[in-house]
Amino acid sequence: MVPFSGWDMPVQYGSILDEARHVRAKCGLFDLCHMGRFRVTGSGAETALQRLVTNNVAKIKPGVIRYALLTKEDGGVLDDVLVYRDPERTEEFFVVVNAGNCDRDLEWMQTHAAPLGGTVTDHTSELAMIALQGPASESILNPHTGKDLAELGYYKWIHTRVFDIEVSVSRTGYTGEDGFEIYCPTKQAVRIWDALVETGAALGLLPIGLAARDTLRLEAGMALYGHELSESINPYEAGLGWAVKLKSGFIGAEVLAAVKENGPARQLVGLETTSRRVPRQDYPVIADGEQIGFVASGTFSPVRDCNIATAFVPPDYAGVGTQLGFRVRDKDEPASVVALPFYKRDS
Amino acid sequence: MASSAPSDRKYLASHEWAKDQDGEIVVGITDVAVELLSDLVYIDLPPVGKKVTQGEVFGEIESVKAVSDLVAPVNGEVTASNEDLADHLDDLAQDPFDKGWMIRIKSDGEASLDALMDAAAYVKHAAVE
Repeated sequence: MVPFSGWDMPVQYGSILDEARHVRAKCGLFDLCHMGRFRVTGSGAETALQRLVTNNVAKIKPGVIRYALLTKEDGGVLDDVLVYRDPERTEEFFVVVNAGNCDRDLEWMQTHAAPLGGTVTDHTSELAMIALQGPASESILNPHTGKDLAELGYYKWIHTRVFDIEVSVSRTGYTGEDGFEIYCPTKQAVRIWDALVETGAALGLLPIGLAARDTLRLEAGMALYGHELSESINPYEAGLGWAVKLKSGFIGAEVLAAVKENGPARQLVGLETTSRRVPRQDYPVIADGEQIGFVASGTFSPVRDCNIATAFVPPDYAGVGTQLGFRVRDKDEPASVVALPFYKRDS
Repeated sequence: MASSAPSDRKYLASHEWAKDQDGEIVVGITDVAVELLSDLVYIDLPPVGKKVTQGEVFGEIESVKAVSDLVAPVNGEVTASNEDLADHLDDLAQDPFDKGWMIRIKSDGEASLDALMDAAAYVKHAAVE
């Protein structure tokens, strides 16, 4: 257990790489209670969220989830979030944010939502969050769920029961595999966890740590705040322009419109290396002996069977096949630019 | 973490072991170090003839999680380096106290192993990691 943002985090149960392989082959159970969980209610809930996040909230239908960014006036990204429109109370929203930004996000959102008639409340402590990820997820969860999960599409959610406990289930995740995230009262979380471990064992369900989750999300090309995103990295640089709807009127839209117009000064690329050294955050990226960029995230990739990284480089160096290097303690290791994501499951 | 540190050698708080063998000091890392690192990917050891200094870095080991320095237990000169390890990090992971040895040092005699932790003290130290 490792402390992070006031939580004790299950970083690994065993080998990180074995855990990552297991999720791709079968199914993993993740304790994600550290992530922030808010509700946005009130007559102005939609208007407030439309102002707060980059995606077009008005177009999110009941029971649908969208990825979006929480931005400041200067276009800097405060966080990346998932916005859920409630399937039943259709004027209400649920928002999942990163643990490290939870307090800051809450204060920011409350301040900007209040004048627009939106109320943002923190439910992180009373609602637990558990994820099932991997190809066997549906077979493991469906027999114990009140509704048929085969009918639940990607980035959709429902209120139902799991092991006869009231929960919400979304078909979302952060691994590149099929899977679900379950929100339940914290008091019932251990019951659900234990019941899943017991009934899922025959289908290969194992608890998986957050280190493996980081490897899986990087292979799947998913951003991690503090690595691919920050207040000083804009969404276009991070390749997240698809989540930015400039006409939706969010805070910072004017600045980001100019960024889009001028084109980003640097962009996120994938790197693959034959070196045994793992490219790590902030390692210099090298071309012709000079630093031209920096590593955002790196890991050993079980699916690629080599070390991989994301890095920010000027557009001139972003072409697939470009030969670059990364610097580890004054020594340069070779790397080449590859397309993102590193892994996409067969669907 | 529980360590099965053998009592025939001494230990550093940074999880290296040092064993006096035929007048030379054999150096490696402990089972707890291997467990803390997990998923080893790379090791860099000094060549034969390299001088090392007690308490200073003689090499590095990298796992998926982190890069860690390897710290020398005595002053002296490297007389052997386990070059097979780079390609067989699983030997280190599975047998850190024997097959996973890293270097042999001919001590210059000024520093002895006496000041280092014995196995019992190390097991106690590692238990809180």
